[in-house]
Amino acid sequence: MTMTQEIMTLGVIVLVTMFTRFLPFIIFSSSRPTPDYVQYLGKVLPSAVFGFLVIYCLRDVTFYSGTRGIPEIISIAIIAMIHFWRKNMLLSIAVGTISYMVFIQLFF
Amino acid sequence: MKRKELLYLAFKAAFPKTIPILTGFMFVGAAYGIFMQSLGFHPLYATLMSLLIFAGSMEFVAGHLLLVAFNPINAAFLTLILNSRHLFYGVSLLDKYNATGAKKYYLIFGMCDESFAINSTARIPKHIDKGWFMFFVTLLNHIYWVLGATIGGLFGAYITFNTEGLEFVMTALFTVIFLDQWLQEENHQSSIVGIGGSLLCLVLLGPDHFILPSLVVILSTLILMKKSPEKREVLEQ
Repeated sequence: MTMTQEIMTLGVIVLVTMFTRFLPFIIFSSSRPTPDYVQYLGKVLPSAVFGFLVIYCLRDVTFYSGTRGIPEIISIAIIAMIHFWRKNMLLSIAVGTISYMVFIQLFF
Repeated sequence: MKRKELLYLAFKAAFPKTIPILTGFMFVGAAYGIFMQSLGFHPLYATLMSLLIFAGSMEFVAGHLLLVAFNPINAAFLTLILNSRHLFYGVSLLDKYNATGAKKYYLIFGMCDESFAINSTARIPKHIDKGWFMFFVTLLNHIYWVLGATIGGLFGAYITFNTEGLEFVMTALFTVIFLDQWLQEENHQSSIVGIGGSLLCLVLLGPDHFILPSLVVILSTLILMKKSPEKREVLEQ
């Protein structure tokens, strides 16, 4: 790829990324009241999106080969237990990540 | 309250919320810098792309796109599919971001997964300016990401301690936010739709083709749930 083609490719990526970020704000401007169904979606979407993001992070886990997803399952179980017990975000994230690193580096 | 004090308080409230992201972004950012360098790009590429695109997974894909034959239409489609989730973030943050004046434009520009995660869920104390809080969250995340990528591009070859598995910090972050939402919500319908819809599409379509279908399934299920009156009552309680 020439320099010009590289710049064009990156330009397209930047523009489309910004399009996905700005579009809702362009469609539903602050000067008009936000439609009812969009307000509803704004309320229910975050929980659903976090569910999606968890699965998205785990998308490359395979159950038929490699570590069979065991380190991921155990670490997430540990995160859930610690979080329901102490409700401290930083603690849950730290313990979960360190557990995963220990599993991956020492046992798998 | 003086402007300086207002800024200081907002920064002080925002910074601790970003600590997991500091860890995650320095590491994943560095991994990205090393990745770009391994593909043969000058370190400046990782820095500039992190600064301007600021969407992690897209930047890894962009690295590959720069190596194959020139095809801007393909690049546009891939970006649209991978980043379509931002549309959801925008809809969720409409009111919050619209209330921040000129800061709004930077907040939208920097609306990555992690900034969305913090800004949409953080319980900001009353005496803290919400706009500046969200601004600092976004700015700090942006700085971590660019810094991580730059460090990776420049010094990646010298990292010696075993960082294997550290990338799990992002998974841990989203899991914890998901659980935190779970503890707070009155019913779990939308959490279950999110997990179930994505899992279904992942199993059926595989990791490379499940993003857009998942979002479509989630969106249509949530819309259908609104139309059913008994369920709407449950949601509005």
